[in-house]
Amino acid sequence: MNDQSAAYWKRNVKLVATLLVIWFIVSYGFGILFVDALNTIEIAGFQLGFWFAQQGSIYVFVALIFVYVAKMNKLDREFGVHEDDD
Amino acid sequence: MDLTTLTYIAVGLSFALYIGIAIWAKASTTGEFYVAGKGVNPVVNGMATAADWMSAASFISMAGLIAFLGYGGSVYLMGWTGGYCLLAMLLAPYLRKYGKFTVPEFIGDRYYSKTARIVAVICLIFISFTYVAGQMRGVGIVFSRFLEVELITGLVVGMGIVFIYAVLGGMKGITYTQVAQYCVLIVAYTIPAIFIAFQLTGNPLPQLAFGSTINGTGEFMLERLNSVVTELGFLEYTTTNKSTIDIFAITLALMVGTAGLPHVIVRFFTVPKVRDARSSAGWALVFIALLYTTAPAVGAMARLNLTETIQPGEVGAEDGNLSYEERPDWMKRWETTGLLSFEDKNGDGRIQYYNDANADFATKAAEYGWAGNELTVDRDIMVLANPEIAQLPNWVIALVAAGGIAAALSTAAGLLLVISSGVSHDLLKGTFTPDMTEGQELMAGRIAAAAAIVIAGYLGYNPPGFVAQVVAFAFGLAAASLFPVIIMGIFSKKVNREGAIAGMLVGLIFTMGYIMAYKGIFIPVMIENVEANWLFGISPEGIGVVGMLLNFAVAFGVSKVTAEPPEHIQHMIEDIRVPKGASGAVDH
Repeated sequence: MNDQSAAYWKRNVKLVATLLVIWFIVSYGFGILFVDALNTIEIAGFQLGFWFAQQGSIYVFVALIFVYVAKMNKLDREFGVHEDDD
Repeated sequence: MDLTTLTYIAVGLSFALYIGIAIWAKASTTGEFYVAGKGVNPVVNGMATAADWMSAASFISMAGLIAFLGYGGSVYLMGWTGGYCLLAMLLAPYLRKYGKFTVPEFIGDRYYSKTARIVAVICLIFISFTYVAGQMRGVGIVFSRFLEVELITGLVVGMGIVFIYAVLGGMKGITYTQVAQYCVLIVAYTIPAIFIAFQLTGNPLPQLAFGSTINGTGEFMLERLNSVVTELGFLEYTTTNKSTIDIFAITLALMVGTAGLPHVIVRFFTVPKVRDARSSAGWALVFIALLYTTAPAVGAMARLNLTETIQPGEVGAEDGNLSYEERPDWMKRWETTGLLSFEDKNGDGRIQYYNDANADFATKAAEYGWAGNELTVDRDIMVLANPEIAQLPNWVIALVAAGGIAAALSTAAGLLLVISSGVSHDLLKGTFTPDMTEGQELMAGRIAAAAAIVIAGYLGYNPPGFVAQVVAFAFGLAAASLFPVIIMGIFSKKVNREGAIAGMLVGLIFTMGYIMAYKGIFIPVMIENVEANWLFGISPEGIGVVGMLLNFAVAFGVSKVTAEPPEHIQHMIEDIRVPKGASGAVDH
């Protein structure tokens, strides 16, 4: 593997790791491990921990994938490994 | 028009649509049969993936489960959506770059081993049959309730429809029918939810309504729900009594299992480019989230409506409970199916619905003159009965029936296709009869699909014990067997043939053995299925996580002491890690 593709792969893995940390925090953190603490906070009729477990985490999941898509497309171009446009 | 006629029209029209699409999208090559010629637009593929993914369980059972579990139902909401992040970031783009047809094919190539491929096919077939039997059962239930036909008639009609478009059209036919099925199911799911949300809170958006105040009061819906259910001795809706470790393990097993299910993964083989595989996973989750963020609102509203229907007055007051004579029509209709029943234990002619397993509540109940809970409600009926409970027009109920069938058929078709490609492509062409021509392979695929439909129908009609354990078996085994070897195949260059085979077998045997021992599937129950007996406090539903960790550990360990993967495999891994150079779309 040459330096260029090693650098590309490293950046890729770093991006995915960062996004998966957020993925873990909103679901396992806010929705499960710290749910009782967050449930003492109530916003707009929802206990916050309950809201993350049944709504919030899902919205964040969607956002994370689209952030990933945008960042990877940029990274592909930066390293010249993107696919040709038809 | 009466309900049955309307339902026949709604279901009939949806079937005509699916068959029309099947004829238009007939597959003529193996590429079209297995992966729709890799020419599917990412948004379209996202929609098809959503329909593929959302099964009879998502449509019919999930909101009902949440209604009765409250916060405890969150494991399904997070578990069945969070896996798409793993799919998008860890699997889909690389498997698309690899560019062939099936999941076992990737495992066989990456680990340069026919044995690995066969082990993967066996896992795939077992997982998929467990899953598909539940779908056929769902079709049968909807038919027997709404069209008032025998379960077997419903099954045969359902099998016939799937046969037409899965066998003729393969992946190409399935993709476009799944798009139609998604539209049917999402409309059918959201319309009643919007009506009910508006009736209860004045806010038509279910996602916001269940955090809104009840019409005409300043009381938030979830607060009202908490107080209504606790007054009857039930657990508060927004909390749970399950242990944190078990909730954690089940959620993780469902997420990882989602990312390891072959019928989901293979959908990302059908898009033209690597970057489409990434965005397609995002679109799939958007379409899934529409239903999955509506479901908890439906669950909460259904629980509130049901409880307040049975207990319209003050708890404990003489006339606080619904009189059996005055029960609404929907209860009468569901009583005939046996899924809802009433037993007048204290002989007062009124229905008492409360938690009689709660010892602290027993003295109060005795003071009220209650002699035990009198109403039994199968939680599977909550979504189907919801429009009736909310007194919505008959066409909405007919639409829900068509939606339930769409959800079951779309998932069944996706599963049948991976079973048939596992047999024709991985077992026959890939292993036992490599000399087959493309025409013969296509024919073998069609025959395998047809045979799989008949077996699935039989399992749906006469379900063996393992079918009821879809969550434990399908997700647990996908998490413990397929997911780790695919991930290691992409992210590690060190894991070799010996490691992968040993890892898969250990993950599979451990998880399967644990579930069998506690649930008594195939064998008698060996250990009582209670929390005190569970390993690390993890139930059979969550044990796939431990199986997955074992798989990783064994694979790395064995790979360390055996020979490294050969040079050309290391090049293959480097190649699938970059998007450039993916094989393009095949012409239709």
